[in-house]
Amino acid sequence: MMGYLFWLYQWFRGEILAIPGRVIALVFVMCLLFAPLIVPQYVLHILTLTAIFAIYAASWDVLAGFTGQLNLGHALFFGVAAYAAALLSNHLHLSPWMTIPLGGFAAVIAGLIAGIPALRLRGFYLALVTLSFPLILTGILYIFPDFTGGEFGLYGIRRLSGSRPLDYYIITLTMVGSVFVMWKFTDARSKIVRVGVILHAIREDEITARTSGIDTTKYKLLAFAVSGFFAGIAGGLYAHFFRVAGPSTLELFFSFQAILWTIFGGITTIYGPVTGVYILYPLIELLRLNPMVEKIRFILFALLLIFTLLFMPEGLSTWVRDRIEVKCPRCKLINLINRRYCRACRAPLHLEKRKEKDQNGEE
Amino acid sequence: MAILINGLLSGGVFAILALGFSLVFGVAKILNIAHSAFYMVSAFLIFIAAQLLGLPLLLSAILAILITSIIGMVCYKLLFDRVKERETAVMIIAIALAMLFQEILLLIFGGHQRRIPPFVPGYMEIFDVRFSYQHLIAIAAAGIILLGIRLLLSRTKLGNAIRAVAQDREIANVMGINVNQIFMITMGLSAGLAAVAGVVVANIFMVNPLMWVQPLIVVLAAVVLGGLGSIKGSIIASFILGFAETAVVFLAPGGSFLRGAVSLSVMVIVLLVRPEGLFGVAFEEERL
Repeated sequence: MMGYLFWLYQWFRGEILAIPGRVIALVFVMCLLFAPLIVPQYVLHILTLTAIFAIYAASWDVLAGFTGQLNLGHALFFGVAAYAAALLSNHLHLSPWMTIPLGGFAAVIAGLIAGIPALRLRGFYLALVTLSFPLILTGILYIFPDFTGGEFGLYGIRRLSGSRPLDYYIITLTMVGSVFVMWKFTDARSKIVRVGVILHAIREDEITARTSGIDTTKYKLLAFAVSGFFAGIAGGLYAHFFRVAGPSTLELFFSFQAILWTIFGGITTIYGPVTGVYILYPLIELLRLNPMVEKIRFILFALLLIFTLLFMPEGLSTWVRDRIEVKCPRCKLINLINRRYCRACRAPLHLEKRKEKDQNGEE
Repeated sequence: MAILINGLLSGGVFAILALGFSLVFGVAKILNIAHSAFYMVSAFLIFIAAQLLGLPLLLSAILAILITSIIGMVCYKLLFDRVKERETAVMIIAIALAMLFQEILLLIFGGHQRRIPPFVPGYMEIFDVRFSYQHLIAIAAAGIILLGIRLLLSRTKLGNAIRAVAQDREIANVMGINVNQIFMITMGLSAGLAAVAGVVVANIFMVNPLMWVQPLIVVLAAVVLGGLGSIKGSIIASFILGFAETAVVFLAPGGSFLRGAVSLSVMVIVLLVRPEGLFGVAFEEERL
């Protein structure tokens, strides 16, 4: 027993405390868990929505960042699931425990349907075709206002749970769980799940991936399905939390928002979009409180984005990571930036910089 | 008949927009989502000049076009130029830019619908359907602009340079063409084209800060339908979509809700049959 605890402690020290990025993640999750004790009701409401959007943005990253299938219509998944959950809840009176996963599966089906052209199209063509699906669906929604509620959407959806803090915990824990699953799913270094490295291969060079015997079609569809499922979970949670599923969930701007958050936070990382959402969304919502700033908040938002991209085009979290972590050139272990030698194999870190310095010195 | 004229009108406007969009994409590989924002900016500029400053309409139209081109070039120099190696970053910046324009205009003018007076008042009747002269002028302007751009690209030295850069950036650079300058000129040209479209429609459609979204969707559809970067394709596709949209709005019940959906559905169907668009070139490497 003691030995086991000691092993756990060792693992904790080696795998989490030694890597600054993971320490930040741990602190962040802890903060999320204790947030309802401190913050006022309104902030809690915002944080709940933030968690929903974090799932949504991270799922965009799975598809666009890792697999390279640039999807400009990610709101399709979110909207389809929100409407599916709302319809199931209103007509069949299912509990949220059923409707949210079913909404997720509805989004998967939507993802597979959207994925069919994706098998034939690439790059910008794909981006523009995916852009069109939510807009087509919006047009269809407006034609059947009896069934879909038209421009007001569906309302009177059942509550997720009785109380606000409970809603918050359910949604935040789902967020942490989903993000963890997506992170593991796309992790290229994982020894158990091999999907991540295949998705990377497809993004980098699809032809080469095919010649290496990878069924790229299958994996692209898988990426569409997984991404759609998690976006769908987010959509279902949104429908039950907000209790309205309207056409705003299919808007062009809503699709763009996933992209904005992800690029701001750092694409191809999974934790990047989460960072992006947790910084940008509360910021925008809190700016709303001040009447002076309220009108110009989207101007500030756009300017912030432009400056982020000009000065750290890799995104915020990647930029920060590169400043606090360094990967050992020999054993690929992650080290704190101010170490001079790798903590495991004692290989000198910062080799390239030193070389540059030497050369400059000689000249 | 109403379908014909209105189809020609919206087809022409979309064609001018799509032309500018595919020009920039073909030459600089910039997917400029903010393209239709330039169209909105110029509509507002002509509104400011004509209504608020009281300048003559023709002068304010020229001013609007010039200023929008300059804004386009400045945006390129300040923003796109620095990140043009990263496709996603370019796209996000374009989205942010469009948002910026929208919000600034919203802040200054509020969300009201506005109108400007027509260039030529009055209307004529063809087969019992009324058309204002403005519609006809807009269609004529679209035709002239499209022809002009075609001549510019095929006959002038600048056109040659633009096409050379579009074909192969590096070789064009080696041949002594200033690629960066060409990019900037193209960007200015494209913004100017969007501005022409904005000026032309400013008194037919309403001017409001959200007017960029609808044409953006159609332009994207047209450009993909025609084949990305193919100028001829995108013009023909714009007319197809313009007619399809107008026909649906006039003929189908509840058709105005379907405006955007129609063109996008046409696009999706065509792409399923022919993934490289109507006039696109399928590269050996891209075929799967």
